[in-house]
Amino acid sequence: MAEMELIKETGDVELLSFRISEQEYSLDIMSVREIRSWTKATPLPHSPSYVRGVINLRGTVLPIIDLSARLGLEKSEQSERDVIIVVHMFDQTVGLLVDAVIDILAVPHNEMQQPPEIGTDTGPAFVNALTLVEGRMIRLLDLASIMPRTEGKAA
Amino acid sequence: MTSTDPMAEIRASFFIECEELLESLQDGLEALGSGDSDPETINIVFRAVHSIKGGAGAFGLDQLVEFAHSYETVLDGVRSGETEITPDLMRLLFQSGDILSDLVRLSRDDEPIEKSLTEATYAALKEVAGSSDEEEPEADIDFQPMGLAFDFADLAEEKNAFIITFKPEAELFTSGNEPLHLFRTLAELGNITVTCDASALPIIEDMDIAQGYLSWTLRLETDAEKTAVQEVFEFVEGLCDLKIEDDIDLPALPDLAPLEPVAETVSEAIVPLSATAPSAPAEAKTAAAPKPTVRVDLERVDRLVNLVGELVINQAMLSQSISDTGIPGSSEIATGLEEFMRLTRDIQDSVMMIRAQPIKSLFQRMSRIVRESSAAIGKDVKFVTEGENTEIDKTVIERLSDPLTHMIRNAVDHGLESNADRVAAGKPEQGIVKLSAIHRSGRVIIEISDDGAGINRPKVQQIAIEKGLIAKDTQLSDAETDNLLFAAGFSTATEVSNLSGRGVGMDVVRSAIQSLGGRISIASTPGSGTTFTISLPLTLAVMDGMVINVADQAMVVPLNSIAETLALTQNDIEQLGPNKHLVRNRDTFVPLLDLGVELGYRHALPSYEGAVVLLISQEDGSRAALVVDTIQDQRQVVIKGLEESYGRVPGVAAATILGDGQIALILDPTDIISNASLGAAPDDAPFAIAG
Amino acid sequence: MSLSVLAVDDSRTMRDMISIALKQAGIEPTLAEDGEHGLEVLADMTPPDVIITDINMPKLDGFGFIDAVRKQNKHQGIPILVLTTESAETLKARARQAGATGWIVKPFDPVKLVRALKMVAG
Repeated sequence: MAEMELIKETGDVELLSFRISEQEYSLDIMSVREIRSWTKATPLPHSPSYVRGVINLRGTVLPIIDLSARLGLEKSEQSERDVIIVVHMFDQTVGLLVDAVIDILAVPHNEMQQPPEIGTDTGPAFVNALTLVEGRMIRLLDLASIMPRTEGKAA
Repeated sequence: MTSTDPMAEIRASFFIECEELLESLQDGLEALGSGDSDPETINIVFRAVHSIKGGAGAFGLDQLVEFAHSYETVLDGVRSGETEITPDLMRLLFQSGDILSDLVRLSRDDEPIEKSLTEATYAALKEVAGSSDEEEPEADIDFQPMGLAFDFADLAEEKNAFIITFKPEAELFTSGNEPLHLFRTLAELGNITVTCDASALPIIEDMDIAQGYLSWTLRLETDAEKTAVQEVFEFVEGLCDLKIEDDIDLPALPDLAPLEPVAETVSEAIVPLSATAPSAPAEAKTAAAPKPTVRVDLERVDRLVNLVGELVINQAMLSQSISDTGIPGSSEIATGLEEFMRLTRDIQDSVMMIRAQPIKSLFQRMSRIVRESSAAIGKDVKFVTEGENTEIDKTVIERLSDPLTHMIRNAVDHGLESNADRVAAGKPEQGIVKLSAIHRSGRVIIEISDDGAGINRPKVQQIAIEKGLIAKDTQLSDAETDNLLFAAGFSTATEVSNLSGRGVGMDVVRSAIQSLGGRISIASTPGSGTTFTISLPLTLAVMDGMVINVADQAMVVPLNSIAETLALTQNDIEQLGPNKHLVRNRDTFVPLLDLGVELGYRHALPSYEGAVVLLISQEDGSRAALVVDTIQDQRQVVIKGLEESYGRVPGVAAATILGDGQIALILDPTDIISNASLGAAPDDAPFAIAG
Repeated sequence: MSLSVLAVDDSRTMRDMISIALKQAGIEPTLAEDGEHGLEVLADMTPPDVIITDINMPKLDGFGFIDAVRKQNKHQGIPILVLTTESAETLKARARQAGATGWIVKPFDPVKLVRALKMVAG
């Protein structure tokens, strides 16, 4: 919590940016626990297509979400260079499968923009905000909408 | 040390102690009930109630104190021999024990206590206590919560002044009291001046320590009341001449000497004498002190259990990578690793033992169920327990309470005949319900048996036919008939007496046992009784499983659900409709389920000839032949929850980590069978009970 | 004030309560679980300034314990406070007869406990 206040005071948001299907996305670095290289996941039966399965993260069972599938993007070729960003939110820890991690950015709060509403798009709003860094558009992901919702996980 | 409120901690610890006390109360009552006349037995019972009362008073649990007090009074009568132990009295004592235990639990959980709970028994206790309860000492329970500041001396404006004359008698000194200390205590009430009259003091050679020669006059200015002054002399009342009078002259008397010099003289005169007394040899040590114990936060234990689980997995991974390198088994590395494996297992067992508890507390609860349910229907029942020191995981004990309660009630309610029927059958009037526990090959076996009439098989079959569980002309073996009791939907409304509870059937009992990784079976002999046998794992943290492969995925099937493994031949497989297959197994038909299909991992195989199947037989009667690709081996696996990290997955019970570090899912065969795409749910009764 | 105190009680709750009450007054009591244990502990320690004991205890009750303590010359003069749930006069008389110095009625108030200690041990 202390860090959160610090951010407000300095007015910067620290973001971890990464690439999925040739697009650049980012997450508030506060929710990132670690970054791991890809290991084979054990598939879970009857799970949504974007749930890749579970991996062993130092003895705990970590669900892996394929972000490109989650965001409905064209699936890029699975490669050994893929990375897993371990994030923690709402008492839940999950691994997000992305193509590559790009950078850590400090973006002033006031440079974050609301994404414009586009027509009749009814899909889930995965993107919270947009910003420009060195001419690149960076999408800030809304983690809450990405987390998988499953039976018995209400609590 | 934690920073939590010490009172809250003591309170928690008090309730833990209460459980122990209630346990020894129960033991003692049972011993008394079976004619034990050792005075120590009644003492144990008395002390248990007494200690509960004492602690309860400290926490202001008035209802608990009140009840415990009347209970204690009756027990005191028994102890002194004034009250005779009759069967009626024993019943009252047991009942009171039950109510006391209810009161303890309600108080612990801060639940309201209905007057109706205690009323009747309380009145009965009062009646027995009758005239022997002449003292009413509890009226003055004055509870003061702790955590107050310990400031004794409030020196603000003294209003009162007292003149105290004090002449100790010899007994005052032998009782260990000491005037100096009393004066110091008085001094804390206000300003004090002391004069000593030593005129009666003999020369030192003639002085007898046990004699009082001195007298004192004290003047105290204080804002305390006279009663507070009297309290200071409470312990020496009767051991001295004492006068406490109001002094009207507020100014201090000029001719009184200050306290300290006088006091020092006095103590010097006495102390050396006692100090030169030869010291007695130390008392011989007799009984060993009770086994020392530590109380540990359960969370810490669970963390340790998890860490050891990690260690087991790690060790398995190490073993695997070493064997992958092709190092011969006779090498130093391999033998060292074997030793490491043995140690790991030992550590795991020891850690599991921390979570283990004797099953006794559970058995005691059952003893109460027997008493209550037999009293309610007027059956004379003797409850016998065996192996109550058998240890089992704490969580297993907790979760066994409901199923066991149900089974014990059933045994009393339905298992045993009425008293008259028993006599007519040439049996003793008193029926026996027995509960036993024993460790056998890494599991705990619990048996619930009665010496009743046994299962009325024609009646069971008739009910099953009425309920549509079996076809009218089905031929069933005795064992098959008995197993109908476990079928879902067997328990009927007419079956449910107000005792057996809310219409819970044996199917619910069975699934509760299964959820603990256990099995339950039944055996009955007409005329001589019924025995239910429950087999449970020692712990919930590890499990014996069979590692299999389906669609290139390694998975684990709980060993306790697998009846046998088969390799199918053409003759074993029968087609039913377009895509259903049945496996013929010893003249019964079992639905064939392709695990790869059920889990959505692949399409159905073109042919199941030669396929490896696991014959799953659940105690709920659900059976299926699960097609797997290969069987790897059997091993103990550490159970990792999946629901906490992801959520519930249909057909999956939990996860584990295999030797290669990969996660393998632990399947839930019951769930897979009941969700089967084939629709061969357990309500498919002709299969369910056949065989 | 820092007194050395031996507290004998078979109830863990009571031992905890005594400990806490005394610790607030800066006293770290030595604890024993019944009369026999109390005698063992006593034999191994420097004679305490005060002994507090319960009456109803297994193995050796409070009366027996006091009696045994008083029989040892070394411990004759030690003030002994009896913990009792009864405030009945008969019990006090019995306690005194057994050689007790004073009594504390349970449930005790920590202030009173400490004051009782001062009354017998300064």
